[in-house]
Amino acid sequence: MDSLLVFELTILVLSIFLGIEVISKVPTMLHTPLMSGTNAIHGIVLVGAILVAGRGGGDTLTRVVGFCAVVLATANVVGGFVVTDRMLEMFKIREPRKPDS
Amino acid sequence: MNADLTNLLYLVTIVTFVLALRFLSSPKRARQGNLLGAAGMLLAIAVTLAQDGLDNFSWIAVAMAIGAVVGIVGARSVKMTAMPQMVALFNGVGGGAVALIALAEFHNLAREAGGLAGEESVSILLSALIGSISFSGSLVAFAKLQELLSGRPIVYPRQQYVNGAILLVALTLGIAIIAGAEGDALVVGLILAAAVFGVLFVLPIGGADMPVVISLLNAFTGLAASAAGFLLHNNVLIVAGALVGASGTLLTLLMGRAMNRSIANVLFGAFGSVQATTAAAAGADGRSVRSTSPEDLAIMLSYARRVVFVPGYGLAVAQAQHDVRALAELLEAKGVGVLYGIHPVAGRMPGHMNVLLAEANVPYDQLKEMDEINPELAQTDVVVILGANDVVNPAARTDPSSPIYGMPIIEADRSANVVVVKRSLSPGFAGIDNPLFYDPKTSMLFADAKQALEQVALAVKKL
Repeated sequence: MDSLLVFELTILVLSIFLGIEVISKVPTMLHTPLMSGTNAIHGIVLVGAILVAGRGGGDTLTRVVGFCAVVLATANVVGGFVVTDRMLEMFKIREPRKPDS
Repeated sequence: MNADLTNLLYLVTIVTFVLALRFLSSPKRARQGNLLGAAGMLLAIAVTLAQDGLDNFSWIAVAMAIGAVVGIVGARSVKMTAMPQMVALFNGVGGGAVALIALAEFHNLAREAGGLAGEESVSILLSALIGSISFSGSLVAFAKLQELLSGRPIVYPRQQYVNGAILLVALTLGIAIIAGAEGDALVVGLILAAAVFGVLFVLPIGGADMPVVISLLNAFTGLAASAAGFLLHNNVLIVAGALVGASGTLLTLLMGRAMNRSIANVLFGAFGSVQATTAAAAGADGRSVRSTSPEDLAIMLSYARRVVFVPGYGLAVAQAQHDVRALAELLEAKGVGVLYGIHPVAGRMPGHMNVLLAEANVPYDQLKEMDEINPELAQTDVVVILGANDVVNPAARTDPSSPIYGMPIIEADRSANVVVVKRSLSPGFAGIDNPLFYDPKTSMLFADAKQALEQVALAVKKL
């Protein structure tokens, strides 16, 4: 086991604890946006998709597979953030309601 | 751009992600938080594109353009009620991306001198396996929620054995990769086997349990992203994936607790398949229900002191969230106290009802969670159940033989009068008979929630 792996495992474990800590404070009311927001965050795989698509050189398989990965990951990122924004838009602070006439 | 600067900028992205999640603890800042997360994501993408040694930029640009158009059009055009399946779909494509990354990286590394290191092959196994399960499982969840597939559990004999065998095939291929066998066919086979497993894993789960499944698959995609981070030695993937993995797991457990069922029971219980027959039989045993008209309901509501609306998925299907708010305002103008009782798993996602009612401008202070509303129900004159069923089923409290026995419910049967607005007497998504409908103080209004509410509102205005 090399030291890079140990370092990465440390980050992983600490991040899991951080995730649990942060998320346990989210109220039930916002659980749907939370699910959708974390869904957008795992769109970070786009970074990985770009790296494999860009590093393959002229290799056809890497190009094609990388291309598909970038399409899927971009849809995940963009769709995820837009859907979450639409949900959260509804939780905006409202002016006091006017009495019905 | 050198590696240290890259990692520093990735750290900024990580901070924005953590803040985005933190800001979700209050509705006030939640939206800003999401925008902050999106900005962090943009930074990470820009930093990645500025890496040395990348080429194929035109391919990448075209792919990103296609993905962005699909994402924007999909996310913009979807109706609020169809959000759960949209989340499932976006989750699935993320998982699919991870599986493809594993394949491409395996292919790249295998061509290099020295081949794969041990932890790289383990990462390839995990990211291909989990990513692919998440991809195909999410697509099935999408199809079930979109009603392209039946929401009922689909079961066949020896299902668990078949699933186990397929998973074993996938793992064997993975172990061959770890042992140093080469050939892209191994990873392709692993991805395909995992995809089949994902389909078979979600098919037997009933539609009512899809929220739990989506949350679990969300956690899977997060973990797959983390595994891909180990493969590519990329910190931002490891951390972001772990945050999502932790969040999805926690939400899955919370939902299981809200239904008083273990996650194993949700995933492997084929919930709702057996009860369909008993429910049909019970409907025919001669118990009578009382039906009511919109006009009678209007009178009952107008002269009540307190009315509690209990929304369920039927409200979402009928798009009636604006109509319920309109009716509530008419009643409030007459001095009736109006509250909403929200069960944590009403609808198809936790908090689904809150989102819908917020869309209709219902003030938050009228939205009461289950534990807050239950003590109030004994002093409530009328509970109006709008397209909800299992979450108000008193069998959960009284009938130990019921499959939902022990599930915490909104105790609608404690109020003076219950009105159920429902299209028919058919059992709910879980396929369980509801004795509340046959309770003497319950009256049924057989109608689509939207039409019914419009008619009641009209009748209230005329009074």
